[in-house]
Amino acid sequence: MKVKVLSRNPDDYVRETKLDIQRVPRNYDPTLHPFEVTREYTRALNATKLERVFAKPFLASLDGHRDGVNCLAKHTTNLSTLLSGSCDGEVKVWNLTKHECVRTLQAHEGFVRGMVVRHCGTSFFTVGDDKTIKQWKMEAPGYGEEEEPLNTILGKTVFTGLDHHRQQAVFATCGQQVDVWDEQRSSPIRSFTWGVDSFSAVRFNPVETELLASCASDRSIVLYDMREPAPLKKVIMTMRSNTVCWNPMEAYYFTCSNEDYNLYTYDMRYLDRPITVHMDHVSAVLDVDYSPTGKDFVSASFDKTIRIFPKDGGHSREVYHTKRMQHVICVKWSADNKYILSGSDEMNIRLWKANAAEKLGVLAPREREATNYSQKLKEKFQHHPQIRRIAHHRHLPRNIYHQTKELRVMKEARRKKERNVRKHSKPGSVPVVSEKEKHVVTVVK
Amino acid sequence: MFCDSSAHVAAIYNNGSIHGTRVYSLFHFGSGNSSMAKVSKKKVSKKSLKKSSTVTGKITDVRPNVMYDDEDDEEDLSKADENITSEEEEEDGGEDERKRQKLLEAISVLGGKRQKKLGERSEAAVQMSEFTVNAEGQGDKIDLSDLIGTMDKTSAVPAKTKKQLKNLQRTKKTIECPISKQESERIQRDVAFQKAATEVTRWKGIIKQNQRAEQLVFPLNQEPPGPKPMERVVTGWKAQTPLEQEIFALLSANKQPINDPILTPAEEASMRAMSLEEAKIRRAELQKARALQSYYEAKARRDRKIKSKKYHKVQNKAKRKEFLKEFDEMVKTDPAAALEQLNKIELARMQERMSLKHQNSGKWAKSKVIMAKYDEGARKAMQQQLEVNKELTQKLVTLQNNDDGEEEKEAVYEEVLPDFVNDAVQGLDFSNPWMRGKLSEDLTEKEISDTVDLVKEEPGAMGNTAGEEDEEEVEETEEEALLREFDRRRKLCHGQETDTAPVISVDDEENESAAEDPEASDKEEEELSEFTSLFRGIADSCPEAEAEKAEADASHTDTSAQLEEGLVRIRTLEDMELLSQEESVAVEAPVQPPDTENLLSATQKEGKNRKRKRGIELNEVLTKETKVIQVPLAPIIQDTEDSDEKLDQRGLIKEAFAGDDVVSDFLKDKRKQEDAGKPKVVDLTLPGWGEWGGTNLQPSRNKRRRFKIKTAPPPPRRDQHLPSVIMSEKRNSSISVHQVNSLPFPFQNQAQFESTIRSPLGRTWNSEQTVKKISKPKVVTQLGAIIEPMSREELMKDKKQVSTGNKSTVDSWKRKH
Repeated sequence: MKVKVLSRNPDDYVRETKLDIQRVPRNYDPTLHPFEVTREYTRALNATKLERVFAKPFLASLDGHRDGVNCLAKHTTNLSTLLSGSCDGEVKVWNLTKHECVRTLQAHEGFVRGMVVRHCGTSFFTVGDDKTIKQWKMEAPGYGEEEEPLNTILGKTVFTGLDHHRQQAVFATCGQQVDVWDEQRSSPIRSFTWGVDSFSAVRFNPVETELLASCASDRSIVLYDMREPAPLKKVIMTMRSNTVCWNPMEAYYFTCSNEDYNLYTYDMRYLDRPITVHMDHVSAVLDVDYSPTGKDFVSASFDKTIRIFPKDGGHSREVYHTKRMQHVICVKWSADNKYILSGSDEMNIRLWKANAAEKLGVLAPREREATNYSQKLKEKFQHHPQIRRIAHHRHLPRNIYHQTKELRVMKEARRKKERNVRKHSKPGSVPVVSEKEKHVVTVVK
Repeated sequence: MFCDSSAHVAAIYNNGSIHGTRVYSLFHFGSGNSSMAKVSKKKVSKKSLKKSSTVTGKITDVRPNVMYDDEDDEEDLSKADENITSEEEEEDGGEDERKRQKLLEAISVLGGKRQKKLGERSEAAVQMSEFTVNAEGQGDKIDLSDLIGTMDKTSAVPAKTKKQLKNLQRTKKTIECPISKQESERIQRDVAFQKAATEVTRWKGIIKQNQRAEQLVFPLNQEPPGPKPMERVVTGWKAQTPLEQEIFALLSANKQPINDPILTPAEEASMRAMSLEEAKIRRAELQKARALQSYYEAKARRDRKIKSKKYHKVQNKAKRKEFLKEFDEMVKTDPAAALEQLNKIELARMQERMSLKHQNSGKWAKSKVIMAKYDEGARKAMQQQLEVNKELTQKLVTLQNNDDGEEEKEAVYEEVLPDFVNDAVQGLDFSNPWMRGKLSEDLTEKEISDTVDLVKEEPGAMGNTAGEEDEEEVEETEEEALLREFDRRRKLCHGQETDTAPVISVDDEENESAAEDPEASDKEEEELSEFTSLFRGIADSCPEAEAEKAEADASHTDTSAQLEEGLVRIRTLEDMELLSQEESVAVEAPVQPPDTENLLSATQKEGKNRKRKRGIELNEVLTKETKVIQVPLAPIIQDTEDSDEKLDQRGLIKEAFAGDDVVSDFLKDKRKQEDAGKPKVVDLTLPGWGEWGGTNLQPSRNKRRRFKIKTAPPPPRRDQHLPSVIMSEKRNSSISVHQVNSLPFPFQNQAQFESTIRSPLGRTWNSEQTVKKISKPKVVTQLGAIIEPMSREELMKDKKQVSTGNKSTVDSWKRKH
């Protein structure tokens, strides 16, 4: 006689060793797990709330400068080292992990205008108001040795900016003209002038390393090729640009910070209109730096705030400010995409998290999975009004808040007026000019 | 002769200036001085050359230059003159000339025969020559051709110079004048920019790819995790001892791997040649091909082993028929191949004629001959053989017997092989016919089926779609029922005139909206409100409300993109709640007005009535109002349409909606909605539960009462006292705060958005693998790793990938076709 007996295969439920994870049988039948949308919505809402609760971006303040911090430089090979130059000509080297200054040197008389670390990380260059370019060793001098620059180049005019080539022993300065220098020579190998007498910034393209961009005082941004004797092209805008920064992952995009409170991202091939206009600041934008992933950039403004913009977004995704932070003059995004450094007028350097709510340090696998999941949930439900409201809420100091409001009113009024003018004039006589086209005066070939 | 030419030149040159006369005088007096003449001639020729060149150069603004050159030349000339002639001499000469002219005049008057008419003196030239040369040529440009024309006549000019001059005239090459500095710089810049732009554009592929990538892991070019080959670990190590060196020398001599003990160069090359996936695909294809081959071979073998003659006979006959058919077709389509085939047939025939096959001379035939006397069958068989022979040896359309081995084999293959073997050679492997086929197609099909399975695996989506379908079906049946009813009524009331046409059109819209799925309840509501407004002749309230709504929406979308910055700082979860409350108030405010307005507008007129008596008989009110409607609506239509057209339209509408009874339809609708809103009694009685069993048992009344659950009646409907209004109760204000009220940006339609929302991400609903895949973050960075900017190697890598990718796609395409 055959007897039927319930039987289970022990392979389905017995672990080979006790270190194995317990097998949990699951039934994915949707009828057993109802209300998936509502449940996930609740989870997303909670995740968004928690994100805002945990959003504490400010990490540390590095003080020690005796004047406003005028320039910052990232170390090219070492994440924990930061260099800063102040308005009294002092350069400080900081250890970020210990939050302390490891070295101080009097580099220039007057402002330190620009500073850049050589690609190998063994030395750095500074330019100052005393018309000199100095090259310094990265290591502090030994006991009894004097603090002396490796090289000093005396220029004829004041240098206002500096950048180093990514691979070659070549650097570029700007002042009355844009010069390209060989490290071994005391005179520039190329000088570019184009009817302008003062430049405020020059940057090498990190991808197509022979290209340069500079901001000039005649409201223009000029492009150069190091190999060519003449500049390439320039675009003149309605107001002056302060600095320019290339996208490190996308060769032909760069962003400039402008005096008209906006930032503009250009495609260098089509300068006649910016790709994106980034608005939100309420005062002149003084500095901009791309994240090393090329997905976002950070901007420092005269309105005492730092804002983080997605590279293709018209508005910022984050605004950082503290009570004591004054006009932010320079800003850098750390090379591991985790931190932001800002130097401001009131002599402090501040260290921020690039993702305000991110947990620092090593994450356990489960933790990481949980954050990934909640991130996706937030993304999925981001259009729902409650979630959007919470996710987008930011606290702002009173004056900036009111200024923002005022600007909005002004803009609306202007728009309305333009609309009325258009309505009451001959059709076609008052053309509609898009926001992107508004700010470009002309492109000079 | 010379004098003539010189005069000519002078005339041409005589620009009314002193220089011109000077030249003339020079020629006149210094005619003996040949060297001078030459000099001047050269100058002239040079000048004219220049002129011609400038003319050919077609540059318009060269004129001043030329003018300048002119003066220059003349100055030179005058300088040359100074050595020979002084001013006084010239004057003297002038006087002499005058005297001489007088004399000549006198003589001419005396003679009167050889009178030469003097040219009219029109210019203030100092002199008039006897050759009637005047200043007519003034202002004309001199050409080289003019000069050459005269030169031809003079024999004194050497042939060589003539030739040179002619060559000069022919070759019109001119050096263009240099562009201005600004212009040249501009061009330089433009060229440089173009170059830089093209160089930068190379990155486009990579940038696009990275933007589209599902996940980017930074730093970009990381070492793959896992065990590294020995070579990379011990790169710094070198052979030092003599023994080691000896071994290394041996190894290198035999081309053995020195640093990497795992792979030889050949192996590495082979590794590099083919990626893993490619190899897998190829292997699968090969496997399949091999299996097929062995299968067909076995089949062929089986066939050949069959001893039945009849079988083979039938087979052969069939084959022959097939062959003939093919041949006929071939004659039509491909004559060349047919000719070849014909040759083959011919050859077979020849062979047949040469051989003794089918000649009744074999062993079998001989035995048959013996039997033939007695056996009818044997005779027949012999006859048959002979017939076969005849057939085979017949010219043209005859066929060879398939007895010989090769032919048969071929035929077998022909029959047995899959079609694709005979396709044109496409694949990589030409030697193996099995590799040419469409194996990849099967693969893709399989893939598709896999994906289908995957889709099926997703439980939530499927359940939902099924539900939707059900709903649709129900709706459809409803619609059908409506249509049927409509038809019936139309038949009934055909030709009857009803004046409710304009109202009916609205009603139709309303009907449609009612037939739509419940998700579009908002729209329905809107249309309902429209309906009521029409009903009451208040046309202006609705657009206003709509405009308001639109504005509210616009303001909402404006703020959506930005951070919402406020003075409130969130510290705790409670703060967040507060925030959301604020929001809810803000959200509700703009949404509400249209509803309330409609309500108001509806109630305003109704107000008095309602105060008087609460319960209104719907039928009464509606039947009364049908007459009232027509008055306000008629002018509206007149405004919008032409009179005759309107009539047509009206007639059409009348005809179309002839059988509609709007009022009763509306009432029916309302009743239906009300019924749907009413709570249903839930009956939970189970027969046999707690009682004795048996067939056809009814649970006791008591039990039934106990297990019937009645829910509380819902709050009174808002349109309870509004006879002509249906207000949907589906909209829930407490939920609407959480609902998305406009389609977000990247989505193109509502269904898309809903489907993304509907599919769950969590591990409650998905398997572990799926969750991992779904929740992959877009950007991954490593803790403490420096992310370098994109390097040029990336570009090279991309190029390689793209090329291989293209190749692979092309291959797959080829395989498919």
